[in-house]
Amino acid sequence: MEEFLQQLTNGLAVGGIYALIALGYTMVYGILRLINFAHGDLFTLGAYIGFTLLVSLNLQGLMGGLAVAGVLVAMAMGLVALAGYLLERVAYRPLRRSNRLAAVVSALGASIFFSNAIMLVWGARVKVYPGGILPSATISFLGVDIMLTRVVLFGSSVALMLLLYWFINRTRVGTAIRAVAIDQDTARLMGINVDHIVSLVFLIGPALGGAAGVMMGLYYGQISYDMGFSFGLKAFTAAILGGIGNIPGAMLGGILLGVIEAMGAAYISMAWKDAIAFAVLILILIVRPTGLLGERVADKL
Amino acid sequence: MTAESLKRRFSFPVCAGIFFAAMALVPSALSLAGVAGDGIAQLDMLNKIGIYAVLALSLNIILGHAGLFHMGHTAFFAVGAYATAILNTAHSWPVFATMPVAGILAAVFALLVALPIIHLRGDYLLVVTIGIVEIVRIALENNVFGLTGGANGIYGISRPVLFGLALKTPPLQFYLIWGFAAVTVALFYLLEHSRFGRALNYIRYDDVAASGCGINVARYKLAAFMLGAFWAGMAGTIYAANIRTIEPSAFGFYESVILFAIVILGGSGNIAGVLVGAFLLVGLQDVFRSFESARMLVFGAAMMLMMVFRPQGLLPPRRRHYDVDALVDRYPSGLDEGFSLSGRNGKKRAGETGAS
Repeated sequence: MEEFLQQLTNGLAVGGIYALIALGYTMVYGILRLINFAHGDLFTLGAYIGFTLLVSLNLQGLMGGLAVAGVLVAMAMGLVALAGYLLERVAYRPLRRSNRLAAVVSALGASIFFSNAIMLVWGARVKVYPGGILPSATISFLGVDIMLTRVVLFGSSVALMLLLYWFINRTRVGTAIRAVAIDQDTARLMGINVDHIVSLVFLIGPALGGAAGVMMGLYYGQISYDMGFSFGLKAFTAAILGGIGNIPGAMLGGILLGVIEAMGAAYISMAWKDAIAFAVLILILIVRPTGLLGERVADKL
Repeated sequence: MTAESLKRRFSFPVCAGIFFAAMALVPSALSLAGVAGDGIAQLDMLNKIGIYAVLALSLNIILGHAGLFHMGHTAFFAVGAYATAILNTAHSWPVFATMPVAGILAAVFALLVALPIIHLRGDYLLVVTIGIVEIVRIALENNVFGLTGGANGIYGISRPVLFGLALKTPPLQFYLIWGFAAVTVALFYLLEHSRFGRALNYIRYDDVAASGCGINVARYKLAAFMLGAFWAGMAGTIYAANIRTIEPSAFGFYESVILFAIVILGGSGNIAGVLVGAFLLVGLQDVFRSFESARMLVFGAAMMLMMVFRPQGLLPPRRRHYDVDALVDRYPSGLDEGFSLSGRNGKKRAGETGAS
């Protein structure tokens, strides 16, 4: 029971991070039908920006740990959003009307570009986040000591997701985003500036990815320039698990994948941890190709 | 000379013949020109390009012709390379004897993994194939079945022996690899223009219409997968015998991405385009070596820029033309078994001439 609860909370904390990254994939896919392969590297960029800000600004002297984390997340979100915006303008917008595979290759090139840019700027060696930002206390739940960090991380990712959910479903701009996702041409006829909406999605998605990057750095304590690849693939798996293009689906898929992976690593095999995520993905696609909550992406006939 | 006769004179088989004849002269040219070390570095580079070219050509069947978004081709390559390595080192089979086994094992593996996923739509297939390549790499690293040697891989694969001659020197390996590439190009050219090749292209344009015309779409897609995998498996044999030490890291997602990019960037569905893509993408990584640690940064940027400026690929395939009048003369009784129009312009052409 102790082991199970520990793995569950660990899975939820990591799953929240996966979910935040998955939202970026799913929103871009919903609008452009494009797998943004560079998204995982934007997540890495967020983690490194958070690291630099933490080391250079000496925020710990000014405020408490949680406030520091909040400021870091906010700043990383802003900067990564900017990078996402530029990425769309340079690498994707010129290819909007051409063959979809051209955009896929461009996205792969962008991913190679970003991860190597990060390596050149910050070096190839693993960076270690300074400790003591997040509380190290534990809380007792059902007689088991649970790390407060996990609760804080899971809570923050859920809060960000609820904010996004409210924005997409309850605001005018959110309605426009949904309209563009359903039918770009009709949305344009309704007076929606599709280019602006696409840019906006490339601000929101990477911002969430950047937040996830900082949270990851704070949680694991270690970041490396090539981690975007495996986190990106897993988050994308999560997006498909929940049903790609579907925002609640990405949230559910991310959290579920985090828990499945933690349980698999604990009870099946640590060495096969990464393979478990992909095995789940393949099973889901065989059994239910539209994902758990997906319905809109039925086969065209 | 009219444009038409020029086109006929420099048709694809002629150009390919000239290209491979020129390639055959490269080792002697390098040694005659007095390049440092008889051009061994250059030959190694060309050998690498040749293996990538064969792999990309086999991927082209799946991705370029059948239009299946397949980004896991190194999984099949790995199966072939490991089959050769295991049979050669543990059971002392000669390298060439392992080649058909490597191909068949890769094809069977392709059948097993593709069977449940063949109905998936474009992007889903893309992601599943990425998943497969990662699972295969992790399995190899974890020394699956106790056969693959874990993260260190397998070393000590012997040289291939052809008619009693051990292919030891870089020029001999060059002839082996590029000879194999030439065979690949010739066979795949014939395949492209066969009934099978036409069916695959039809499926790519519109699989619903293709199945309406009596093409068993799922079976053709599976066949494309198996054929591509079979060839990638045999390329695995050539690779294992060339490099002599194989390890899981050579069969990762990144290599799959390069193959995918070669096909799309070169011009999917066009053999010449795929060859150009192989030279460009594998060669560029070497050319950019002068940028040192910024090498891959420049490479990634180049990939983006080339796609942005040339979204259709460098050499997209030409539209297929069929001389309908001649075909009607040949099959006066109508459209029987031996004759089917395919490609985008098939319908229009038939209408133009009023063939019945």
